[in-house]
Amino acid sequence: MADAHVHHDPNIGTTGLDNRKVGMWIFLGSDCMFFGSLIGTYLSYKGKSLAGPGPKDVFNIPLTSESAAVLLASSLTMVLALAALQKSDLKWAGRWLLATAILGAHFVLNQVYEFATFVLHDGLTLSTNLFGSSFFTLTGFHGAHVTGGVIWLMGLWWQLKRGRLDARDYTKVEIAGLYWHFVDIVWIVIFTIIYLIP
Amino acid sequence: MATQAAFMPGGATKEAVATGVWSWITTVDHKRIGILYGVSAFIFFLIGGIEALIMRLQLARPDNDLVSAQTFNELFTMHGTTMVFLAIMPLSAAFFNFMIPLQIGARDVAFPRLNALSYWIFIAGGLFLNSSFLFGAAPDGGWFGYTTLTTRQFSQGANIDFWMLGLQILGIASMLAGFNFIVTIVNMRAPGMTLMRMPVFIWMSLVVQFLVVLAFPAITVALILLMFDRFFGTLFYAPAAGADPLLWQHLFWIFGHPEVYILILPAMGIVSEVLPTFARKPLFGAPVVIYSGIMIGFFGFGVWSHHMFSVGMGPVADAVFSIATMLIAVPTGVKILNWISTLWGGSIRFTSALLFSLGFIAMFTMGGLSGVMHASPPVDLQQTDTYFVVAHFHYVLFGGSIFGLFSGFYYWWPKMTGRLLDERLGKLHFWLMLIGFNMTFFPQHYLGLIGMPRRIYTYAADLNWGFWNMVSTIGSFIIALSILVFIVNALKTRRSGQVAGPDPWDARTLEWAIPSPPPIYNFATIPTVHGRDELWLQKHGDGHGGAPTPKPAPATAKDIAAIHMPPPSYWPILLALALTVMLSGLLISYYQVIIGGLLTVYCMFKFALEYHRPAQEAH
Repeated sequence: MADAHVHHDPNIGTTGLDNRKVGMWIFLGSDCMFFGSLIGTYLSYKGKSLAGPGPKDVFNIPLTSESAAVLLASSLTMVLALAALQKSDLKWAGRWLLATAILGAHFVLNQVYEFATFVLHDGLTLSTNLFGSSFFTLTGFHGAHVTGGVIWLMGLWWQLKRGRLDARDYTKVEIAGLYWHFVDIVWIVIFTIIYLIP
Repeated sequence: MATQAAFMPGGATKEAVATGVWSWITTVDHKRIGILYGVSAFIFFLIGGIEALIMRLQLARPDNDLVSAQTFNELFTMHGTTMVFLAIMPLSAAFFNFMIPLQIGARDVAFPRLNALSYWIFIAGGLFLNSSFLFGAAPDGGWFGYTTLTTRQFSQGANIDFWMLGLQILGIASMLAGFNFIVTIVNMRAPGMTLMRMPVFIWMSLVVQFLVVLAFPAITVALILLMFDRFFGTLFYAPAAGADPLLWQHLFWIFGHPEVYILILPAMGIVSEVLPTFARKPLFGAPVVIYSGIMIGFFGFGVWSHHMFSVGMGPVADAVFSIATMLIAVPTGVKILNWISTLWGGSIRFTSALLFSLGFIAMFTMGGLSGVMHASPPVDLQQTDTYFVVAHFHYVLFGGSIFGLFSGFYYWWPKMTGRLLDERLGKLHFWLMLIGFNMTFFPQHYLGLIGMPRRIYTYAADLNWGFWNMVSTIGSFIIALSILVFIVNALKTRRSGQVAGPDPWDARTLEWAIPSPPPIYNFATIPTVHGRDELWLQKHGDGHGGAPTPKPAPATAKDIAAIHMPPPSYWPILLALALTVMLSGLLISYYQVIIGGLLTVYCMFKFALEYHRPAQEAH
């Protein structure tokens, strides 16, 4: 494409960074405050519930550990998808994107199963006690973030399949990756603070 | 490398300026969006003002029965919410939109369609909030919406639902605009415009946008928790289940105090542009003004609990927040001294814009001084929930923000419309507003100190509050008259006003280097920047014998033909509509929430892929 009248890429700005990437970083900073407020609410209500069941009665640590492992693995496949796309290896870029989306969906299904068990087996709902309210709200919003990411990844995968995404569009995949890694990191924080610390 | 712009169909609509309603609905031009923000916010400002006038009529004499207690609650709630979220913030946004790209030498904001989306979501939120009047369910819980007053147990009607969902929609609009402006300022500056060469208005805008994107998540969470409590039976604000009654207050004020700076810093930026222009001197100590603005933004996150001294947080918390609050007065005071020093020794032209800036300095200083008074917890305990506090925050938000914004109107009106406002009417507007404002709000200091509480809908005659309340009411109608003068001025000069030309004030910054109103592409040639007052340097040099800096080479017709501007799009308004369908569904039916949610996802994909390369372009 290096013809005589090379256009300046309109997305690259003063700092030499892509506008869309700077925008995503700002959004993630904002989202930090969002999850910070939710985690703060959870912590300030920790141990304040007047009725059971509490965290010890319901948590299934092996299951959520598997969720954490799945989500961590999906960050690896995300990196591999971007690397493959940048090398114009569209076949593997598609496979890794799909793998990332499937791992994300696996995480969401684990969460659906976990929530269903809490509600049906342990009798813990949004309105049982403060723990139920703050736990479901915090982890539910994280799950919603993962779900949004899965839809986004599937969209990218579909564009790739239709031949509308190639190495020139790597920034689109990189930005989705930034979001995906952020959601992963938030889960590590939630998993540690909510599930592991007694 | 092929560019995104190269794939935009019909991109080069530069000469023929589209007209008609459809062209405004689908516009992505930052200047048009700025005008849309300005006009809509001014209409909301009038609505909020009418609400205030009705309250002042009710309070004009003791034992009045013009409105009921319930109506009065709705009036002060909607007045506060409207003025904060639908008037001052979007009036500032009008200037952000119009002026940020012009002052940094850019052709548009970083994400033009996202900019349109912010505007349409703002309009949806404003209309949704005000539609509550039609259903006889206007919000009545105060602009701060304290729980447990606002939980379902004590507010069963839809009033609070309208408030909660309306604010949630408006928050989305503000945050999207925040992301957009930060990227624009960080990444779209003309060559040579280093951070310290940015005009002070740009710096204050940048600080404001950071405050918006970092503070709004806190109220978003607070409102989500309230929404879940009201709709899904969670217990976040239910003390009977062990909930902390202060959770809402903390979350709200973690947002609410930065919000105060979100409201005042744009006005500070405007004043920092107006004073140097009309004193014909550079801003005194401009870097210090910039650092002070950053300090204010930084400290603004550490003082929220001074809104809560009366709830009993204990001596340690009270002391920490009291000291932090007094500290924040330092950078603010520094700025005031810098503005005054800018005038010192200048050749001053007393235009309407300058008068409003001077009014800003005087009134804001008074509001700041009463603010430092209630930084001290014992004093605050005496003043909490009295009219003293009402007087204080009107001195900073009206005497500060509104005076600053009107200064901006008189200053930038010729750039936005191509015609000057009438100076005689402008000065009449200023003096009427200054007199009316002080008549309205100065007596409220006294009323508060002799014990008149906020938010009461009437009072007994033997309390002797009647005289000063009457003075205050008369003052409020003088303010209304002054606003009328402004409207007359705006309408009168629309056709017959003096044609401004590119630089009517002999001003200093880049927006004055281009025609008024600017062409759709703003700058035919992107300028190269050599200093903070680039245009002044081009015209007059640095004033110390330095030669004027070179003007950009004039553009040829071929250069102009090569400029790509983004074409209009209807996806912003459709996406805003889908989002509103989803959120308002909570009041009507969960099916509507689901349908609205699916529509939102669909519109997001269409929005994101609107200019994506068509399939045949691949490889």
